[in-house]
Amino acid sequence: MIVAQDPTLQDFGHDPWWLIIAKIVAIFVFGLVMTLLGVWFERRVVARMAVRPGLNQAGPFGLLQTLADGLKGAFKEDIMPRTADKVVFFFAPTIAVICGFTALSVIPFGPMVSIFGHKTALQVTDVPVSVLLVFACSGMAVYGIVLGGWASGSTYPLLGGLRSSAQMISYEVSMGLSIVAVFMTAGSASTSQIVAAQRSGQPISFFGLDLTAPGWYAILLIPSFLIFCIAAVGETNRAPFDLPEAESELVAGYMTEYSSLKFLLFMMSEYVAMVGMSAMVTTLFLGGWRAPAPITTFWAGANSGWWPLLWITAKIVIMLFVFVWLRATLPRMRYDTFMRLGWRVLLPINLVWILVLAAIKVLREDVDSTSRNLILAGAIVAALLAALLWPSKKKPPAPTLEELAKSRPAGSFPLPPMDLQVPPSPRARRAVAEREPANVGAAPEGEQE
Amino acid sequence: MAGYLGSYATLGLLLLASVVVFVGAFSANRLLRPASPAEPIGKRETYECGVDPVGGDWAQAQIRYYVYAYLYVLFAVEAVFLFPWAVIFDRPGFGATTVVEMAIFVAVLALGILYAWRKRILTWT
Repeated sequence: MIVAQDPTLQDFGHDPWWLIIAKIVAIFVFGLVMTLLGVWFERRVVARMAVRPGLNQAGPFGLLQTLADGLKGAFKEDIMPRTADKVVFFFAPTIAVICGFTALSVIPFGPMVSIFGHKTALQVTDVPVSVLLVFACSGMAVYGIVLGGWASGSTYPLLGGLRSSAQMISYEVSMGLSIVAVFMTAGSASTSQIVAAQRSGQPISFFGLDLTAPGWYAILLIPSFLIFCIAAVGETNRAPFDLPEAESELVAGYMTEYSSLKFLLFMMSEYVAMVGMSAMVTTLFLGGWRAPAPITTFWAGANSGWWPLLWITAKIVIMLFVFVWLRATLPRMRYDTFMRLGWRVLLPINLVWILVLAAIKVLREDVDSTSRNLILAGAIVAALLAALLWPSKKKPPAPTLEELAKSRPAGSFPLPPMDLQVPPSPRARRAVAEREPANVGAAPEGEQE
Repeated sequence: MAGYLGSYATLGLLLLASVVVFVGAFSANRLLRPASPAEPIGKRETYECGVDPVGGDWAQAQIRYYVYAYLYVLFAVEAVFLFPWAVIFDRPGFGATTVVEMAIFVAVLALGILYAWRKRILTWT
């Protein structure tokens, strides 16, 4: 049986021109098909969670609904508002989509395969800093949204665009810091090498116990994984962080003024970004294209040839399901709570976690086991002591009404006595008794024609 | 395409391909959409929930959290130093000194965000 052959960085950049073009076309097709099916999947799943049938008219299970909607959109008239900035209005949606597709191009979809005699990796290209490329693309995609919102010359899109920029810069920081932990563990910033680094677990020794650390970074670096997932939802403007297009406040946010193909492009950019982020989570934390652990034990060939395409697609779909699940479950966050989460919770946790991880790695390699155990025990004791002795802010008891009344300065308005019992007004009682019933003008029952 | 920049050249090709795709898509859209649609009054006004929009085109808005942009620059620059460090720090020859140096650097930046926190920049104003 052939074993999976991991591509190295030297394997990229040698493909003949027709293979490169074939791969690029494949990426576009993948993005389009995932968008078409992703919209269908989302609407079906949300409908299922809301106990209603969902799409079931166009095609089997409503599968062709998105295609029909897309075609219909292309036949529609393109309306540009009078006040819009014409050039920017035109280019904004294309920026958003191109960034999404560029991010997809460095995702490793499989090992080395043979296509018409050429050995090549199932990945358009890989560069030593390809994770940073994805990161840059997700940042650049916000330009599409911000410029689209600004160029519409309208209030709601402008507010949506502004929110989007604040959201992007807040969650980009958290996302970047969680990637740092992956770089530290994998020792590389290229996507294919990060997948290769998650191939197998590493032995660790913990207080004399010999354990095997799991290979997937989702388990090994669980704080980074969780923070990355939260930041990914924030970066893709998805519920519960879909403030830029909050329909209850901003109509449709940045795409209010868009119509026809440009509107479709914005929709597509959202779904391509979602697929890209899911693929990124898979690559960085869920072992990439490798089959999950129980499969490889009884099927050695699961990781070779074209099979990995199946595994990575399955993992991407699971991540998409999580996106949809979040949308169906959580209400939209308020803007200030959302920013607070990014800056006051995710960022400090991430900074501390990176330093703890660095310390653990150094302790594992440079320090002998006795002093390592001593340092570990000391750190645990220190953490426990800190948790025990952490000064808890005790709120002073709220002053009672009497104290509040007494603390008023001299010459204040007079207060009624605290225990004043107001007797019911005799006039009010009479007014209630004499009032006619509210439905006196309505025809009594039985007399209607 | 060979050499170090070969894999970057592929990315350039990808951009070229997307230009082709978009030119194709927009031309198809131009052909498919109505050629001479009606132009009723108010069609090209911006959307304002059913009433006619009043005033200028771009609304004046108070940008809350603009200080976040500064904080972002702070952490973006930090990331520029953190990424290369994270890739190489456990290769032989670096070790504890490298980690302590980075810890000091991160601590200085953490002081920055603590200062912003104390100055109540991170709260809604």
